[in-house]
Amino acid sequence: MPRLPTPLTLPAGDAREDGQQDHGQDRDRADHAAGAGEREPGRRRRSPLRRGETATAWAFITPAVLIILGLSVIPVAWSVLLSFQASDLVTPSRWVGLDNYRALSQDPNFSQAVRNTLLYTVLYVPLSIGIGLALALVLNRRIRLVGLYRTLIFVPFVVSATAQGVLFSFILDPEFGAANSVLNTLGISPQGFLTDPGQALLVLVAISLWSGTGFCVVVCLAALQDVQPSLIEAARLDGAGRWQLLRHVTLPAMTPVSVFLLVWQTINALQVFDLVYVTTKGGPLGSTTVIVYFIWEQAFKNFTAGYGAAAAYVLAVALGLVTVGLRLVRGREQRRSARPVRLEGAGK
Amino acid sequence: MTVTTAPVATSPATPPVATPPRRRGLARLPLSAWHLLLAPLALVFAVPLVWLVLSSVMSDAEINRFPPALWPSGIDLGGYRYVLGNAMFPRWFANSLIVSVVAVASNLLFGALGGYAFARMRFAGSRLLMGLMLATMAIPFQLTMVPTFLVMKRLGLIDTLGALIVPSLVTPFAVFLLRQFFLSLPRELEEAAWMDGCSRLRVLFLIVLPMSRPALSTVAVLTFLTTWNDLTWPLIAINHDTQYTLQLGLTTFQGQHHTKWAAVMAGNVITVLPVLIAFLVAQKSFIQSITSSGLKG
Repeated sequence: MPRLPTPLTLPAGDAREDGQQDHGQDRDRADHAAGAGEREPGRRRRSPLRRGETATAWAFITPAVLIILGLSVIPVAWSVLLSFQASDLVTPSRWVGLDNYRALSQDPNFSQAVRNTLLYTVLYVPLSIGIGLALALVLNRRIRLVGLYRTLIFVPFVVSATAQGVLFSFILDPEFGAANSVLNTLGISPQGFLTDPGQALLVLVAISLWSGTGFCVVVCLAALQDVQPSLIEAARLDGAGRWQLLRHVTLPAMTPVSVFLLVWQTINALQVFDLVYVTTKGGPLGSTTVIVYFIWEQAFKNFTAGYGAAAAYVLAVALGLVTVGLRLVRGREQRRSARPVRLEGAGK
Repeated sequence: MTVTTAPVATSPATPPVATPPRRRGLARLPLSAWHLLLAPLALVFAVPLVWLVLSSVMSDAEINRFPPALWPSGIDLGGYRYVLGNAMFPRWFANSLIVSVVAVASNLLFGALGGYAFARMRFAGSRLLMGLMLATMAIPFQLTMVPTFLVMKRLGLIDTLGALIVPSLVTPFAVFLLRQFFLSLPRELEEAAWMDGCSRLRVLFLIVLPMSRPALSTVAVLTFLTTWNDLTWPLIAINHDTQYTLQLGLTTFQGQHHTKWAAVMAGNVITVLPVLIAFLVAQKSFIQSITSSGLKG
């Protein structure tokens, strides 16, 4: 399941959900705002209480609660312990206190992994959102074949990172790949691509853009279609040109969706792993070792699980800061703009 | 932004009826200078996938010469014969299918049960539990992957499909999404059924779920996509090649058969095709699922 930036996508009305029954009517309105429309006042809100209701409820939620909480609370607590231990996952582990964190702060491989991850993120996130938004604006026109264009641009998104990695390892193979063959006919000297320490990370960004831009396009298109036609008509009647329309009506309406994409893409970029594992295994010369690859390598290749757990905690804190930071930005944004934008409402 | 220099006046928000029916009979929508940008761009997105299919039907001789052939001279199914005969691709395909189908079914079932209880039933601790479940969505997988491996090891599931199935049986996302959808449904029908003495379970299955197809298909699509495409967790939980999923099998196969590119690409086609076909068949549902998961959570 895509790990969504939850606190961000939580509907505004949710804070007081399932609230006290005195506020029931109020709450029902918030809950139903998106879907069923208004309800007649004075209607009975509470579901008929029946004997054994609590037992039934628990029977309904037990599988979900057991699996979800069991496989998150236990591992999170366990990995705190692990990060203070030396563990090879097989023999009993040994308590080492803060040694793992201390070693991490001095490990040149870890700082390289952090640098690589940041570089990847700084390149991939703005490019994917920028290109995605621009393409969405073009694809929002009613021109011939627009449906085909949308499909073609989006299709790579459903291709797994593994398949992408295998496909591009082949296309970009320095000896047998089609890319160098095409460059050759254009009179350009063959490139190393994924085998060149200076290029590998950039090539990975390009592959990710190939598959990830379609997601941004689709999300932006959905948001564009939510821009109220009446706003555009009004602006046009006021004599706004195409540029002014874009700058003052369309783009401001896209702010919430852009912030969402920023968080979503950043979280995904900081966690990139599959593509790296399939194409470069962190090489050449560690030029594509990203944080998650570093964690995986420590835990499951070098069997220093405690060290890996400590690195995972560093990443988790970074991810948490991104989410919280951008949520604050979004909160300010929401308060500033009085205009209700449908995307942010008490959605379903 | 280049968009403003557009030589077309069509507004993005113009409703369909407003477009004058030019070139009646051929195509309703107008051509535009944007095609000069869009056509090559769409090609960039499409060419790697076309090349994937083309190279899977090339002969070894065509694929291994320099410069390599860009177009196969004929259809050579040697690659497919190799991966279906000599490698374990059929087995891996079955494994992937089992894991994905079980994950989809159980997410629908447990997600609906949990979501319904959280949406409609009042019981002590429901707010706290829902809050906790939502909070777990913010935990990055990297933090839990090592201990989850240890938990699965204690349960004796490592190296079995069980290790892949158990963690994906139900996700907080499925519970939350379905709960939000159930809250948006009118209660009248359910209440009438209660009056008639229907149990909660019957109400859920006979009345609520038939009205919830959009949300159920969102959960199904996203669960299938993530389980089928996942590499990280199978890589950690599975060692023995009889238990590989397609993604894990494909990358291992590539590592062992560097020179057999046609076979590797044939395996790659087999890995991608189910998702691709599913996408092309149910494109609308896919795109709605993906945007709704992102925007409305």
